Amino acid sequence: MTEPVAPGSAPDSADAAPPETVAARLAFFQRAGGLIVPVITAVIAFLIGGVIVAATGHNPITAYWDIAKGAGLNWFGHFTTDIGDTSAYNLSQTLLSTTTLILTGLAVAFAFRCGLFNIGGQGQYLVGLIVANWIGVSWMHLARPAHVLIGVALATLAGALWAGIAGFLKATVGAHEVITTIMLNWIAYWLGSWVFGQGGPLQGPQPSSPISATIDDSARIPYFWGDSTLGGLHVGFFVALLALVLFWIVLSRTTLGYEVRAVGFNPEAAAYGGISVRKNYVRAMAISGAFAGLAGGMDMLSQYAPIGFGTLDVQTSSIGFLGIAVALLGRNTALGTGIAAFLFGALLYGTTHGLDSNVIAPQLTGNLTSIIQGLVVLFVGADVLILYLWNVRRKLRVAGRRAEASA
Amino acid sequence: MSAVAAYADRFRRSRLSDVRSIGALGIALGALAFWLAIPPFSTRTYVWPIVVGVLAIAAGVWTVARGVRRLGWGAVAAGVLGVSLAVLALQSSTSNLDQVFDASLIASMLVFATPLTFGAIGGMFSERSGVVNVALEGMMLMGAFFGIYGADKTGSWFLGILIAMLAGGLLALVHAFFAIHLRADQIVGGIAINFLALGITGYFFFQLYHGANISPNIPRIPNVRIPWVRDQSFIGPAIGNLNLLIWVAIALVPISYIVMFKTPIGLRIRACGEHPRAADTVGINVYAVRYASVVTSGMLASLGGVFLSVGFVGTFNENMTNGRGFIALAALIFGNWRPFGAFGAALLFGFSTALAFRLPVYSDSAATLFQALPYVLTLIAVAGVIGRTIPPAAVGRPYKKQ
Repeated sequence: MTEPVAPGSAPDSADAAPPETVAARLAFFQRAGGLIVPVITAVIAFLIGGVIVAATGHNPITAYWDIAKGAGLNWFGHFTTDIGDTSAYNLSQTLLSTTTLILTGLAVAFAFRCGLFNIGGQGQYLVGLIVANWIGVSWMHLARPAHVLIGVALATLAGALWAGIAGFLKATVGAHEVITTIMLNWIAYWLGSWVFGQGGPLQGPQPSSPISATIDDSARIPYFWGDSTLGGLHVGFFVALLALVLFWIVLSRTTLGYEVRAVGFNPEAAAYGGISVRKNYVRAMAISGAFAGLAGGMDMLSQYAPIGFGTLDVQTSSIGFLGIAVALLGRNTALGTGIAAFLFGALLYGTTHGLDSNVIAPQLTGNLTSIIQGLVVLFVGADVLILYLWNVRRKLRVAGRRAEASA
Repeated sequence: MSAVAAYADRFRRSRLSDVRSIGALGIALGALAFWLAIPPFSTRTYVWPIVVGVLAIAAGVWTVARGVRRLGWGAVAAGVLGVSLAVLALQSSTSNLDQVFDASLIASMLVFATPLTFGAIGGMFSERSGVVNVALEGMMLMGAFFGIYGADKTGSWFLGILIAMLAGGLLALVHAFFAIHLRADQIVGGIAINFLALGITGYFFFQLYHGANISPNIPRIPNVRIPWVRDQSFIGPAIGNLNLLIWVAIALVPISYIVMFKTPIGLRIRACGEHPRAADTVGINVYAVRYASVVTSGMLASLGGVFLSVGFVGTFNENMTNGRGFIALAALIFGNWRPFGAFGAALLFGFSTALAFRLPVYSDSAATLFQALPYVLTLIAVAGVIGRTIPPAAVGRPYKKQ
């Protein structure tokens, strides 16, 4: 993880004045390449989002402030550990979204490091969720830690296998992983609609409602802040943080990670160096899928445990897709993914459930999240544009200085 | 007489002695084996489907023995599948079968195939020119919302269609700009466009209609009532009263074939998708061709969306296209980036969707699971089990002028 990463999404960090000596300034721009693009990207996306909000007759500044409050960011102003406090509760829910987004983000980032674009995070997440649900509502004879661990482990395995299909097809017949993961997403979508739906194998006790049964108590992930019925934060948050560390260690400190990155840089060169490209394609996809499957398993055994998961949830869930934006904004690094996951977690919760605003309706801001997400992905993909804009700014400044000098 | 004989001779030589034709015949026989068991034939004995199915398998084996492996195994699979589906259908009561398989199934197949056809043909233009288009879903969604918005505000369905095409074209222009000028990753860009379209249509749907209140009296795209055909027994309910855009979609297939494979324009588009450097060398403006193709694809895909909202349903709801753009992409791949192939795949996927909507007669859950069929088939197709899909050589690669 040698690439520098944005220390935060704060816009002013990019606008900080570069140091004055020539060498220091050069070094700054060198470093900034990895840092500036994501920061400017996020700023532009939020600005355009603000323009749309303003154009439709709402005040963008108060709207964004309400979203920030909805995400519980005002908690940082006054600390409290009392989950009954609105800001603390909102923050705990933001961190809950962050937990999932870290893992779905890593699912995209890991494959990216191997030169593969895993759009299948959503499908892998759903498959993990379905398996965790199956284990959580049946397998009742298991004791508490075993039940949770087996549920999460098999969900992870399911995600790995689901993504492994795409990796296998890529390695054997060269089928493009984007096409296969898109198809696998939709297969998982209908599979989920079927298992939880009318007459499906995992439909709950009420025959008329297409929703799963609630998870057995022994299979629920323990909460360390708040509790599962009222909402709060479960220990999975630390699992996600651990996954970030693991991601970094595996990629930059192990042979496996070296091979994955070598294939990602240049498959031909890696093959020439004796690395099996095919094996790494399958392996990278499987590890990617494992992250997403873990996310699905933990979500099912925590926040969805007391209410169950239904066909409608399957069809409206999009947290796996949001992982794409998270990974791209985080430049596929561990730290970047963590920060981007927090940004999008705040945006996701702050624009939907947390929002309590007279300025702008939650239905509008929910869609604003999609717009910002789209803009972020669009601009991150086009770092040429961002660097161009950055350079124009520099040129303008130089031109301005020249004009001053000649005047 | 001699001319007829010569023609017959040529026909015999080119068609019947061709191994591939026997293979294709095998696949057709496999389909027939199933067809015999359902209305209008509705045979109630196992004999005929099995006889026809065995013939299909024999044709397949014969083809495999002569070296045409893929087609031959395809025919064998079609025979086995045809017989098993026929046996399944024979287990069911005739009244249920009549309810599921009637002439209106063809009409509803065409309804579901139409957005897919527009999307797939649109996607073909973009991908043949060398720009991957996974954003068909978003472009379709833009067409669906802005079409109904336009029809509502202007009071004319025709202007609604034009506004939809404008919206789809504009979104495609964004995709084109990032893919062509900024040389961004085309798949990343396409995914972004899908998020954007979902956000924009959802945002304006709530801003303008509060998420529900689209007037039920918006002008709809009319149906074409064919006077004589409409009164016929089987064809009447099947094609006698179809939406105008369905006929446009059907007409689009040969037109796009001619444009793509028989005109200089098509040659240029394909050149840009296969070898942009060579195209540039002979004086083709690669950027211009790609821009035009991507915008065309956006406009065509938005026609698929406007058919859904202004044509078929008459209202809009959030994420209305619900994956149809991705099925269109699947149809394009399944059809090997060719108009008739894509149309055939769209019909197949449309048929499976239409069937899925009728299967609740038997079982709700089976009907839901059945919706996954297009995606499973495409997965099998790209895995190379049924024939090989060959994308344009330079698709997805940004071109840099020298």
